[in-house]
Amino acid sequence: MHQVGEVPVLDLGGVLLVSIQVELLDDTVLALQQDLTERVAETGARGVIIDISSVDIVDSFLARALRDIAAATEVLAARTVLVGMRPAVAITLVELGLTLPGMTTALSVERGLELLDTRLDENYPTRQG
Amino acid sequence: MTTTAASRVVQVSSEMDIVRVRQAAREAAVEAGFSLVEQTKLVTAASELARNTLVHGGGGQVSTELTVQQGRTVIRMVFTDSGPGIADVDQALADGFSTRGGMGLGLGGAKRLVDHFAIETGPDRGTVVTISSAARRGRRR
Repeated sequence: MHQVGEVPVLDLGGVLLVSIQVELLDDTVLALQQDLTERVAETGARGVIIDISSVDIVDSFLARALRDIAAATEVLAARTVLVGMRPAVAITLVELGLTLPGMTTALSVERGLELLDTRLDENYPTRQG
Repeated sequence: MTTTAASRVVQVSSEMDIVRVRQAAREAAVEAGFSLVEQTKLVTAASELARNTLVHGGGGQVSTELTVQQGRTVIRMVFTDSGPGIADVDQALADGFSTRGGMGLGLGGAKRLVDHFAIETGPDRGTVVTISSAARRGRRR
């Protein structure tokens, strides 16, 4: 397993899975953005799944970083899927004026993997915390 | 009648302090009986404004206060810095205006997420942003 700050990045074979479980500092967000983009290039991953089900707020800084990750991976021929956004976060983002245009989203990691045409490894705990 | 129930001050001088401001907002919102959506809005607004205090204001402080007004619990947060101030507030509040890496939604976005929003600023005067929100009646959960 690979780690950016306290954010683990799992390689599921062609798909990188990032599960954000900690309160993010702005620096960690930027490090994640850079690291993920580099890892997509290194591994030739065709997809990135960012699981934000444990994230209780997405402000404009994090939203921009997520959008930039998606844009950069797309240039590298990989698709980024944002999964698990909490309903309260979605409502707040819309009111904030952010609708994340162009980002692919899914309700869960499983659905995200389906979008990327990948089956979930049995070793990955599907329900956490 | 207004009763001050609690007040807390967070000094903002590093990124970690933005997290502390979010925590202060979250704790106050839970204590005030905010719904999950109301909590999320307040914490998101606090995060945007605390980042402004740090990045544009060069640091400062954030006070969080719970008051009871006519039976309703109101959270008031005041973000104070002694930075360069904002020359054109209308422009700063407009969506899409950003002088740094954000999406230009920080100030205007925060304003939309709270019940009341006030800003006092000017060139070389620093900036004081005051926000307040109350829980909606009958939606406590």
